[in-house]
Formats: sequence, C-alpha cells, structure tokens
Amino acid sequence: MQATTTEKTEHTEHHDHHHHDIGFLRSYVFSTDHKIIGIQYGVTALAFLLFGFFLVLLMRFQIGYPGETIPVVGGLLEKLLGDVAAEGKMQPDLYNAFGAMHGTIMVFLGVVPLAFAAFGNYVVPLQIGAIDMAFPRINMVSYQCYAAGGVIMFVSFFIPGGAAQAGWTSYSPLATVIPTNGQTFWILGMVMLITSSLLGSVNFIATIIQLRAPGMTWMRMPFFVWTQFITGFILLLAFPPLEAASVMQLMDRLFDTSFYLPSGLVLSGQPVTQISGGGSPLLWQHLFWFLGHPEVYVLILPAMGVVAEVLACNARRPLWGYRSLVYSVLAVGFISFIVWAHHMYVTGMGTKISTFFQTTTMIISIPSVIILTCLFISLWGGSIRFNTPMCFALAFLPMFGIGGLTGLPLGFNFADLLLHDSYYVIAHFHYVVAPGTIFGLLAGVYFWYPKMTGRLMNEALGQVHFWASLIFMNLIFMPMFAQGMAGMSRRMSDGGAVYAAQAEGMVNEGVIGALSASVIEWNKSITFAACGLMIAQIPFIINFFWSMNNGRKATDNPWNATTLDWQTPTPPPHGNFDKPIAAYRGPYEYSQEGHPTDFTPQNQPDPVKS
Amino acid sequence: MEIPYTTQPREDTGLYNAKLGIWLFLASEVMLFGALFSSYILLRVGAAEGAWPHGLMNIPIGTFNTVVLITSSVTVVLSWAALKLGNFKRYQKIQAVTVICALGFLGIKTTEYNEKFHHYEIWFNEPMTVAEHPNLMNQSFVEETTINKELIGTVPSLIGHLNYIDKDGEKHHAGIAWTLATLKEKEIEEIEFELDTFHYRIPARIQAQIKKSGKYDKGEHETIRVQVSDLRRMSAFVPAHSTFFAIYFTMTALHALHVLAGAIVIAYILWRNNKLWKRDPERYTNRVEVSGLFWHFVDLVWIFLFPILYLL
Ligand code: HEM
Ligand SMILES: [Cu+2]
Repeated sequence: MQATTTEKTEHTEHHDHHHHDIGFLRSYVFSTDHKIIGIQYGVTALAFLLFGFFLVLLMRFQIGYPGETIPVVGGLLEKLLGDVAAEGKMQPDLYNAFGAMHGTIMVFLGVVPLAFAAFGNYVVPLQIGAIDMAFPRINMVSYQCYAAGGVIMFVSFFIPGGAAQAGWTSYSPLATVIPTNGQTFWILGMVMLITSSLLGSVNFIATIIQLRAPGMTWMRMPFFVWTQFITGFILLLAFPPLEAASVMQLMDRLFDTSFYLPSGLVLSGQPVTQISGGGSPLLWQHLFWFLGHPEVYVLILPAMGVVAEVLACNARRPLWGYRSLVYSVLAVGFISFIVWAHHMYVTGMGTKISTFFQTTTMIISIPSVIILTCLFISLWGGSIRFNTPMCFALAFLPMFGIGGLTGLPLGFNFADLLLHDSYYVIAHFHYVVAPGTIFGLLAGVYFWYPKMTGRLMNEALGQVHFWASLIFMNLIFMPMFAQGMAGMSRRMSDGGAVYAAQAEGMVNEGVIGALSASVIEWNKSITFAACGLMIAQIPFIINFFWSMNNGRKATDNPWNATTLDWQTPTPPPHGNFDKPIAAYRGPYEYSQEGHPTDFTPQNQPDPVKS
Repeated sequence: MEIPYTTQPREDTGLYNAKLGIWLFLASEVMLFGALFSSYILLRVGAAEGAWPHGLMNIPIGTFNTVVLITSSVTVVLSWAALKLGNFKRYQKIQAVTVICALGFLGIKTTEYNEKFHHYEIWFNEPMTVAEHPNLMNQSFVEETTINKELIGTVPSLIGHLNYIDKDGEKHHAGIAWTLATLKEKEIEEIEFELDTFHYRIPARIQAQIKKSGKYDKGEHETIRVQVSDLRRMSAFVPAHSTFFAIYFTMTALHALHVLAGAIVIAYILWRNNKLWKRDPERYTNRVEVSGLFWHFVDLVWIFLFPILYLL
C-alpha cells in the first residue's frame, strides 16, 4: 500500500504560529496542547500514586502492629484527622477509610490517568502523526474534571466522619447507611472522574480514527495505539453504567430511596421501617462490576502497549505476531464486557449464571496469554539493550504472568468460593497492577522522558530503582498468596489478629479454623518490605526532578526507535512535526536486511525502485 | 494551526470530527440509560407480589408531552434541511419551534412533578377494611366495578392530599415531602386525609365506566381523620415513596437535564452563533446537525420512557 499524501499541507499551514507568546496560564495551566495536558495528567497521577501508596503504608503498619502508635507520622495524623487517629493510633474506621481510598485513588486517580490519559495524550498523536487531539478544548476540560474529582476525593479525608469507608467497590447497603458524608463525596468525585474519562475516551477514539497521518493504516499503527484505542472504547462504554449506579446510590443517600435497600432490612439489630424497601443489593454489584471488570483491562492494556514499544525497540526486533497481538487485544476488549459476574460467585446468583461467567472468564484468558506469549517470543534472537526502561518492561512479563495465572483459580466458581475476599485475591490483583502495570508505566516514564524533557534519566539511579522495586514488590505480595490460602481475610484492620489460633483470653471463641502464628507473623515482614518499597522510590523521585536540568542531553531519537513519536524534534513543538509526515511502512522495522541502519523509521520512504 | 477534518469529512471514514465525536458520545449515553433501563427491569421483576404501583401516572399529560417532543424532533430535521438549502431565515423560524417545544416539555414536566409532590400515601399499622370504615371509599363505585373486590376491600394504604390538625384543633395544609418523622417533629397527632383513591389505583378504563354510570360526582373528595400513631409509614409521591417513583424520578430527571442541555445548545447556536454562519456556513450547518443528532437521541429516550413508566 503506497501512502497518499494529499492532506499533507494542512499539517503545516500555520507553521509560523509556534513561537508567539502566550502567557504562563495559557501555556501550562489552561493549555489545549495534547503534550502539556499529557504532562499535567502524568504529574498529577504520579502524585496521587505516591499518596495512595502512602495511605497503604500506614495501613500496613496497622496490620503488622495492630493498635500501636504509628511512628514518625502518628502525631501529625492525629492533628489532621482528630479522633480517628487518637494518640497516633489508627482506629478501625480510619483503616477502612484509608483502605477504600487507597483502592479508589490507585485505580481511578493514579493508574488510569497515568496509563490512559497521560501516555495516551502525549504519545498517541505523535505516534499516528497528528498535530494534536481531535478536540483540544474538550481535552483540557477532561483534565479539569479529573482534577476536580481528585480535589473532591482528597477533601473528603478532612470532613467530619472522614472519607468513604465501604471499600473501593462501595457495596450497598453498607455504603448507603454508613454514617459519613465521605461516601457522598466519593460518589460526586466519581461522577467527575467518569465525566473526565468520557470526554477523554471520545477524544482518543476520534483522534485515532480521524487524524492518522497519510499512510498510517490500521495495521501500521504501533501496538501502543491499538491498546489505547481499545481502552478508549472500554472507558466509553463501561463507565456510564457506574455513573448510573452512582446516581442511584446518591439518591439512596440523599433522597431516601431504596434502589439498593431490600425490604426487611435490619441494621444493628434494628429493623428499618421508614424506607420503601424493594431494592436490590445485587443491582449495585452488577452495575459496579460491569464497569469493574473492564476497568482491570483499562489498567493493564495501556501498560502492555508501553511494554510492547519498549521491548521491540530495545530488543532491536520487530514485534513477533503483530497481527495476533492486535486481534487479541480486540478480543480482550469485547469479551471483557461479559465476564463481570465472576466477582459475584459467592452472592448465590445460581449455578447456571456462575457457569456462564466461569466459561467466559476462561475464554478471555486465551487472548491474554497470546499477548504475553507474543511479547516473550519477540525477545528471541534479539540483541537486547538492558537499559532501565527495558528492565522494567522485561520484569513486567513474569510479574504480569504470575498475576494472570493466579487469577485462573479465582475464575473457577468452586475454587473462588474458598479464595474469595482473602489475601490471595489481594496478592493476585496486585501482581497484575503493581509489579505489572506500574512497572510497565515506569518503563514508559523512563522511555519517553527524554522526548518530553529533552534529557535522559540517570541510568545508575534507574537501575537502583528497578532492582530494589523488583525485590520489594515480590517480598510484599508473594507471602500474601500464602496468607490468603491459609484463610486470612482482606479488609481486616488488625491483619487477622482476632482470628489468631492462640489469642489470649479466647476473644476468638467460636472461630472456626484459626490462623496460625506464622501466618500472622508474615504481616510484619510484609510491612518492612513495604517500607523498603517506599525507600526504593526515592532514587526515582530524585532522578525525575534532577534529570530535568542535569540529565544527559537527548537527541531527537535517543533510542533509535522507528515509530513516528521519535521522528519529531525533542521536545516536540506546538504542532508536533516540523515537516509534513506520512507513514510508509509498519511500526517495527528493526534489523531489516538491506538497510543501512538497524532501524527504519516509519516515515522513511522506500528507495525509488526501477 | 488547523486540526484536519473539523469541517470537511475525511475520505476513508466519511465523517468530520464532531460527527464522529457525537456518535461516540451517544454510544456512551446509550450505556448510561441502558443501565437505568436494566435497573428498572431488575427492580420491577424483583418487586414483591403487588408491590409495584400501577396507575399513578397522568397518561393524558404524558401523551401530550410525548407529542410535544416528537414535534420538536421533526422541526429539528426540517430546520437543518432548510439550512442545507441555504435558507437561514426559514431555519431560524423552524428551529425556534424546537426550542419552544423543549421548554414546553420541561414546563409540563414541572407541573407534573409538582402535582406528584402534593399527593401522599399513608400506610396503616393494621390494614383497614372498608367494612370497618365505610367512608374510606365511595362504596357505590366499588360495587359498580369489575375490580377485584377483595383487593379494594382491605386497604393497606390510602392516597390523597394531606392536612394536619394542630394542637388547637385547627386544620392546615401540609408541606411538600413530609414523612412520619416530620409529623413527629412537629408534634402533630392527628391528620386529615382528602382521599384521592379514585384517581389512583383504579385503572383509567374503569374510571371511565364509573363516570359513565353517573354515580360518581367529581369535585367531592371524601375525607378521613387518622391518628398518627396508627400509621406505619407516610410518604409523598417523591423518590422515597417506592422503587417505582425512585426510578421514575431518577430517569425522568436525568432525561429532563438532557432536554435542558440540548435546548441550551440549540438556542445558543440559533441566536448567539450567527456570525459563524456568515464566516463558515458549512461549519455552522455541521453544528446544527450535531446538536440535532443529540436531540434525536433525547427524544428517543423519551419514546422508551413513556411506555415503561406511564403505560406498562
Ligand atoms: C505498590 C504498592 C501497593 C501496596 C503495598 C498495596 C497494598 C495493599 C493492601 C495491603 C491492600 C489490602 C487492604 C485490606 O484488604 O485491608 C490493598 C488493597 C487494594 N489495592 Fe493496593 N497496594 C499497592 C498498590 C496498588 C495499586 C498500584 C493499585 C491499583 C492500581 C492498588 C489497588 C488496590 C485495590 C483496588 C485494593 C482494594 C481496596 C478495597 O479493599 O476496597 N494497590 N493494597
Ligand atoms: Cu473481573
């Protein structure tokens, strides 16, 4: 297919507008440039990731040392939050709030904005050869909605009663009757975030469909663009039901409706008589997980895309099975909409429904395995450069593999009855999102940093960051599998101490199958590892800021990559390309025979034949 | 710098950006309302025997509103067609009708809401029987009708307008959306209920039968005094009344917000955006088209809402 280049003049018509002066606010705060918005998203999301991590660190201390004063920050916590942190000790309510907000913040304010909005915004238009997103102003509003949602969530920590406490899943009736307005804040925050991702996804999909450069056919799109495209559709279609569900929960909280409150509800021994009843707790769960499951693909697909880019570039090999990758990611996108109720096996939906969802769940694992296999095979015979982004990308593969494989037992109805709501689940999905997604995204940060700032990040600090993170991640999450299989439940503020086998004074009377001391002992080592992980981020943070001004200067294409994002000036100017751009070949032409270099950029025409 | 395809369609997709954008947006709207429709089904199917209220909506008004909205859908297309032919004046006239229809719809919806807020249902601790309280219901029309007499014979609840009796024995109208808690707060011990059971609960078909038989004189409402302590629950026709009203108000209010948003956008393009027509008529026409697509969707939602909430 030879490219047509009829539209190329449009890209450069107003070339000279690049350099006129626009104020600081216009260029950095209310910017409509996709690159600035991408960076805004990225920085905000990284900050939220750190905040969410900090919350969980405090929780980990409470799990390891229930009821003891939190060292260093205990006093500060009491000052900020009052009674729930009396004497610097974490009360169970505070644990619940931190747990719910850790989940919410990590997922909706951290990973999605970083994986989809930040990288997507910055990289997608560059990779498809567009000068900006299709709707730049909507893009800006999308970020502002996200920021508003973040502020609402953050503020809710400080209102009387504190933040939401019913888990990131906010199951009703618990979430409805819990006596803190934190839940209302949570709902309003979610509505803002959903609006933001709605605007974002419309923008992304429209951009990818409409603004591909001449010659950038569907099968020449980098795999990363494909993952963003599918992610966009998932966000577009899966989020609205949660918005509907949130509105109904808001109605339940503010206008005393009974969408999720069944007839004959009894609270703390008191029958609730002044509601109409007739609602259904399962309704919430269905609507939540209709989003919730596709959401996990929102968390993982962009990371897979980043890893694919980094791997191909640093193995100096074309991606193996590009087409299979594309079709697999399409399949994942579709099937992800019909697996949701595998989160609800223990609700007694009935065996027929469980069997259906069990089947679809097993089916969706096939394309996921294909993707991972293709990525592994792509390494075969490569001449691999072990730089920091590559290390993170390589680590992604086995880590995501562990996360994925341990998910299979959860997908089986009978096995999940045992494992549900245990630390096994926590370990499983964290392997997917923490050493999985987060590593993929860190690979992306190290990889595109030179394009964004014009300087490379420091390798030595990067390697320290990588190895320390890898070790501590596994020390944190691997023991959780064992804890879960031994029967330790999640969401327990004392880490299972009440269920300890030899608890004194028999507070655990009536407990069946108590936890052995060694299982509980793991809590301490995990907490230490979590502190280690925090310390391991310090080199990254230093690197991130220090390299902005002091890193090694980057050329336009420091990694000798083929895709269009590297065929621009560094950092790319407003409008991205300084000459009309078109694609003439596939995205990963590395080490092709008969070419002078070991990479052939997508915009390099074939030498004229004849 | 110009982003390509803001006005002209891209060759291989046949769409300009905004048109693709609105279709994508509508896809997500389908999921939003789809979730609510699914919830409606789930709540209705899951409702206990006899718990789902029937016949509480005003069908003539609802029908009229449906006609209003469908009219606006027609005018929206006609106005766009006029614009395509370059007839700006005609476009303006027809599109104004669209805006008027939209406002009319919202106005009617408001009065409908208001009427609902002023109706109350009270539930008794012990179901009352008509035999014990002959004035509970106009006996004659009960006898005339073919309704299941047993159902109407014991009255677990009554519908009507609420008055209350204060400490000095004086009668006042109650406010909006009171509950038992409100009564207790105000230390009200007795209420007077103007029964409106005729309009509600009894299918319109049978209402008509009764009217024809001439045994029912319209203007008169039977009243009954009730001790607050005899009541189990009290609710106006507000979202808290029942899952039916919960979903009714949620869906229609969300829909009304869409109508409002659509009307604002259409009116803005119509009256505040004219300069664009002079500068770039094609782009202006595109805007009208895109807002029209949205408007059709809003109408379509109502086409589904009307039967499930009013008729079924
Ligand atoms: C990397 C460091 C992380 C650590 C040490 C960590 C630790 C934990 C722990 C111990 C829990 C269980 C709390 C409980 O059940 O009481 C938890 C819950 C959770 N985490 Fe993480 N996490 C980390 C990162 C992440 C990331 C990156 C995400 C998402 C993208 C995430 C999402 C969640 C969610 C959704 C929950 C469930 C919250 C709930 O029970 O409602 N976590 N985390
Ligand atoms: Cu799932």
